[in-house]
Amino acid sequence: MKPEEIFAIELSGVTKRFGTIYANKNAELKVKKGEIHALVGENGAGKSTLMKILYGMYRPDTGVIKVNGKAVTLKSPKDAIDLKIGMVHQHFMLVKTLTVAENVVLGEEPVKNGFALDYARAKEETARLIKKFNLILDPDALVSGLSVGEEQRLEILKILYRKADILILDEPTAVLTPQEIKHFFDIIRKLSSEGKTVVLITHKLKEVLAVSGSVTVMRQGATVARMETAGATESSLAQFMVGRPVVFQVAKAMRTKEELERSDTVLSIRDLKAMSPKGHMALNGLSLDIKKGEIFGIAGVEGNGQSELVEIITGLKQPVSGSMNVRGKGINFPCSSPRKMFDAGIAHIPEDRHKKGLILDYSVAENLILGRHREPAFSSPMKMNFPGVDAFAAKMAGDYSIYPPRTDLRAGGMSGGNQQKIVVARELSREPRLLVVSQPTRGVDVGAIEFIHKKIIETRDRGCAVLLISAELSEILSLSDRVGVIYRGQLAGIFGAGEIGEEQLGLLMMGGKQ
Amino acid sequence: MNEFLQIFTLALLSTTVRISVPYILVALGATVSELGGVVNIGLEGLILIGAFCSVLGNYYTGNPWLGVLCAVAGGMFFAWIHAVVCIKFRANQIISGLAINIMAIGVTKFFLKYFFHSSSNSGRISGLPKWNIPFLSGTPVLGDITSSPLILLTILLVFAVFYAVYKTPFGLRLRAVGENPEAADTLGVNVYKMRYAGVLISGALAALGGVWLAYDQHQFTDGMSGGRGYIALTAMIFGKWNPALAALAALFFGFAEAIQIQLQTIGVDLPVQFIQMIPYVLTIVVLAGSLSKSTAPSADGVPYEKE
Repeated sequence: MKPEEIFAIELSGVTKRFGTIYANKNAELKVKKGEIHALVGENGAGKSTLMKILYGMYRPDTGVIKVNGKAVTLKSPKDAIDLKIGMVHQHFMLVKTLTVAENVVLGEEPVKNGFALDYARAKEETARLIKKFNLILDPDALVSGLSVGEEQRLEILKILYRKADILILDEPTAVLTPQEIKHFFDIIRKLSSEGKTVVLITHKLKEVLAVSGSVTVMRQGATVARMETAGATESSLAQFMVGRPVVFQVAKAMRTKEELERSDTVLSIRDLKAMSPKGHMALNGLSLDIKKGEIFGIAGVEGNGQSELVEIITGLKQPVSGSMNVRGKGINFPCSSPRKMFDAGIAHIPEDRHKKGLILDYSVAENLILGRHREPAFSSPMKMNFPGVDAFAAKMAGDYSIYPPRTDLRAGGMSGGNQQKIVVARELSREPRLLVVSQPTRGVDVGAIEFIHKKIIETRDRGCAVLLISAELSEILSLSDRVGVIYRGQLAGIFGAGEIGEEQLGLLMMGGKQ
Repeated sequence: MNEFLQIFTLALLSTTVRISVPYILVALGATVSELGGVVNIGLEGLILIGAFCSVLGNYYTGNPWLGVLCAVAGGMFFAWIHAVVCIKFRANQIISGLAINIMAIGVTKFFLKYFFHSSSNSGRISGLPKWNIPFLSGTPVLGDITSSPLILLTILLVFAVFYAVYKTPFGLRLRAVGENPEAADTLGVNVYKMRYAGVLISGALAALGGVWLAYDQHQFTDGMSGGRGYIALTAMIFGKWNPALAALAALFFGFAEAIQIQLQTIGVDLPVQFIQMIPYVLTIVVLAGSLSKSTAPSADGVPYEKE
């Protein structure tokens, strides 16, 4: 055997069943040592399950796992860690009540005097890694106070601390800015040049092409293609993933300045100030106008006031000062409420569908009428009208291609993309006047992204004003009629469609000047 | 008014310490168990088991220290049952705790009859020998405290548990599995092992609380735990799941009860029922002011399931 044929990771014939559903069916993965390998596939394609098997979290029903050419049995993550495999999970695995340094060293703590945790060394080592990889974190900060971006960096820090030789990264760039992503890619390229093997699970085909050496595509639990990245294109990969050709940029006519000037203002915000839960000024005199029939995109690094802005508009939070008009009517702070905002025609697709968008233990049908349950079609004063609910849900499942089309299933059991479709269906079917959308396609696969983008544009075309907040710059740029950059609670600039590119946006997001 | 001031005597302090010892021990146990993510309302029963086992061991060996060992073993054995039911079989932790409490009542009653031929109390036992510490032994309060090995042990345990929870890898892992077991698991921390450790330690500590009660009265009496396990749980919540604060809270409850006893002793011109209410009224007032800010570990009471 030639030396280059020894694979750092070799999974073959891996099958894993949950009940009657196959998460992995005869899946295969081969990754050469020192290579950056991309693993792509839609949600529910079995990528995460396969990686959890490699990380010892799941045990496969059948199949062989080889690490550095040796067949291994992984009973727990401990076994994987011992084999120098590290994983950053898609859903962050952090202990919120502990500090950054404590999360880093957990499970592999430096010890002094035989039994005491050596906090000084833990902090020192953490600080050293933070500096080395420029991760910008405070070792003493409590994780409960970190932004999503910081949490992500902490996850990366954790595996770097464990000196893993094989790094599995599950959607690592979802929350980073273009500059951060570039920097992050520099890090993994460096890791790879030092002989470390990187498996990158991602939905973003651009990233696959930019950073990986080879790529494996999965669909419905099975491996459908493995190729060198050099020979792949975005559309060829997407076609393997979905099984049909995919449209990347949904066609839409941008609104011109003149059109926008003529149209009515739906949302008008002046000099809004608000506190973050941590007690600092999250919004610092933010003003904006959104017109009927436009998509106003807000780009920004997470934690610059986006959440507070969304919460105020949707009535979840009261500002410290400032005014807000919805369709010409002033909102009476501090007496707004989600109910009042709902009745004013504001719909909300929240950034975290698990926390704010859905009740996971409710059925799909029940989730589809949340907030609308008072409507006569769904209930009379004394009881729910379940036939009405079911009929509506069945229609929604059809219109929004929710799969499986069984509205009696528990929402928590659906895939990420389909959960998001439930939220989108519920909010858009209300025919809102103002739609507030946060990270509409986070953790959603290519096919569903295309679909959700189309629906948002259709809603705009029917005259709804849309406020779009996304960390995904390509999403902001392809959908928005106007783009604002939020930085430290203020808009650092507003641009018309086509007036600004990703690079410039990224700079402004980091506080750079135009 | 003067008679109210009369209660603030050295005797009040001594009584406070005496009453607080079991509260402190059991509250420490409750905290350790819940920090690891297992609710243990079976502590009430574990106190009873501890008390009975200590008397049994002491009575038959004649060595009070062997009695203490028996108590710890018995407490850990019954805590282990709770742990298996809650951690391995993922049963409802409240129900399992209740079962432990009911079982403890039955088991101690049965063996009381079997070994001591009585349905109310055991034979007399001696307590732990007093320690004579030079200079201190004659002094009030401080003398009482330093001459009692169990009180000294309790004080030591407060510091030890606090240290273990916040300053050792064990404590970091314990808190991690109570807060986010999945995160801990992915870092190679054995969630089940940590949780077993938490519950077993709580069993040992609750049993020590039982030892104190039995040795204080020089016998086992039926149902002598008298609700102390629940008060200890309250102290844990009041102490925000911090062992040191929980111990302070336990001390506070002990103090409130001492006041009540002292008032009855000096015969205040108030209906006795009102005096007996004092600790509970104080408890409610203090808790109402502080509880809202107290949050349990996120995964407290939630069984962890791999896969």
